[in-house]
Amino acid sequence: MNAMPGRPVLVDPSAGRVPAGGAARTKSQETKVVALRTARSPLSARALATLREAAATVVPPLVMLAALLLIWQLATDKPDASLPSPLKIWTEANDLIVSPFFVYGPQDIGLGWRVLTSLERVAYGFGLAAIVGIVLGAVVGQSVWAMRGLDPIFQVLRTVPPLAWLPISLAAFRDSGPSAVFVIFITAVWPVIINTAVGIRNIPQDYRNVAEVLRLNPLEYFWRIMIPSAAPYIFTGLRIGIGLSWLAIVAAEMLTGGVGIGFFIWDAWNSSRLSDIVVALVYIGVVGFVLDRLVALVGRIATRGTASA
Amino acid sequence: MTAQLAKPFLQLQGVRKVFSRGGMETEVLTDISLDIAEGEFVSIIGHSGCGKSTLLNLVAGLTRVTTGAVLLENREVNEPGPERAVVFQNHSLLPWLTVYENVRIAVDKVFGRTKSRADRHAWTLHNLDLVQMGHAKDKRPAEISGGMKQRVGIARALAMEPKVLLMDEPFGALDALTRAHLQDSVMQIHARLGNTAIMITHDVDEAVLLSDRIVMMTNGPSARVGEVLEVGLPRPRNRLELVSDARYIHAREAVLKFLYERHRFVEAA
Ligand SMILES: Nc1ncnc2c1ncn2[C@@H]1O[C@H](COP(=O)(O)OP(=O)(O)O)[C@@H](O)[C@H]1O
Ligand SMILES: [Mg+2]
Repeated sequence: MNAMPGRPVLVDPSAGRVPAGGAARTKSQETKVVALRTARSPLSARALATLREAAATVVPPLVMLAALLLIWQLATDKPDASLPSPLKIWTEANDLIVSPFFVYGPQDIGLGWRVLTSLERVAYGFGLAAIVGIVLGAVVGQSVWAMRGLDPIFQVLRTVPPLAWLPISLAAFRDSGPSAVFVIFITAVWPVIINTAVGIRNIPQDYRNVAEVLRLNPLEYFWRIMIPSAAPYIFTGLRIGIGLSWLAIVAAEMLTGGVGIGFFIWDAWNSSRLSDIVVALVYIGVVGFVLDRLVALVGRIATRGTASA
Repeated sequence: MTAQLAKPFLQLQGVRKVFSRGGMETEVLTDISLDIAEGEFVSIIGHSGCGKSTLLNLVAGLTRVTTGAVLLENREVNEPGPERAVVFQNHSLLPWLTVYENVRIAVDKVFGRTKSRADRHAWTLHNLDLVQMGHAKDKRPAEISGGMKQRVGIARALAMEPKVLLMDEPFGALDALTRAHLQDSVMQIHARLGNTAIMITHDVDEAVLLSDRIVMMTNGPSARVGEVLEVGLPRPRNRLELVSDARYIHAREAVLKFLYERHRFVEAA
């Protein structure tokens, strides 16, 4: 990493390569603790421990949530309040909350359907960004000069907000569907490129030597050395990318229309359905959270072997 | 099995290596000439930083000579290849592959066209058994000890059926007992397969025990071959019997004198 000062900004250390010793140590300690417990009193103790651990992670957020809802209720519980209270939202937007997958008409569908529509666009845009980003990052990461030349450009482009790409995208594609996909793509692609390139640059010389002695051809080198070795970096890039995609889709759909969750908010705003908007925000937040965790999980499974050597 | 009798199999002819970095030029090796016979086991010994790894990398083709040439069977070496397999100092196993897969990737690459899938599988297992690692074939490198990793590294190199086996301080990072075990394994394998081998070491006993000849290098920069010692001990060799063998003691003394009297390591101030 020493070759690129200022780069580590994008490389999330928590999701990156774990120092070999640390990872190994924690793992062995964990296994030891479990082994001791099972030896003493098998099932009941283990079940209790798991239960206690689950409670420790689930209970605090629930308590905080209840407290926040209460404060919100108290603050907005008067006739002239500008924002709806939780109870008002519950009654006004009840069908949206309890049944995500209703279909009353072509434009009157549950938020679950809308989220799925948006997710489909994200799948196209993000999938494209992942493929293009990894391949481009691999190419750029191979060459010191490509890295030096392109990196500043990437660093500038990655700060351009999604909505700023939309006019250009609309002008180029003349159609809202592809434009929305393009906006997602162009928003998500930069962290993938940059992180992949950093990962490629950080492939240990040892692995390169092994590849050279074996005379791996470029394709074999790409699949058998580059991708696995850079995987922790690549997944960090993908994780940042999926978050940005989800941000972009909502913004893009507000302008392009259709049945996505983004346009739903815009539509609700135009017809002053504030309660609906709040429910939609919760949907968006939860889906964004799940997407992030999903990529993190896939990354953890895929990079099992690379964490330590 | 002396170098003079057999035809030169591997030749280094007036090899010189200069590294240039940021306008600065450092001559690491100069005027290295060496003939190695087929089946010979040669050790290269010298103080840290004198250019032993650089020399091995030149033979491996991982770095290019500045002047001079490396010839294997009269053909110039100018790129890496499986016929000059390397056992790297720090094992260099791919951590995302299992022990089996680490060897299999080499087998597939070298014998992908000439051996059937079943034969390649059997050959992989055979080489793992050769280094007594068959039992751990499904483990990942992170799950096995340093000595075991080094064994797998040796299996990977042997599985390529190299013309020359290159080893860069293969046992450097291991404890004394594991080290002795692996030295014995390497001796047995060498006796069985008769590979030509070059091993880098900074351990005098290891060099004398394993080698037919010991190449002693002077200190860098501009290191050269100081002396070459014919060990001349009969094989098979047994480390316990050798301890009191006069020829062994003599060879050991010769190397020690070279390293610690005539070419003492001077710490760059
Ligand atoms: N790629 C390189 N660029 C510049 N200098 C190098 C390079 N590789 C090795 N050297 C230098 O060459 C010298 C010999 O290194 P090396 O062959 O690794 O020594 P040894 O293996 O005997 O300990 C060292 O001074 C080292 O700094
Ligand atoms: Mg070295």
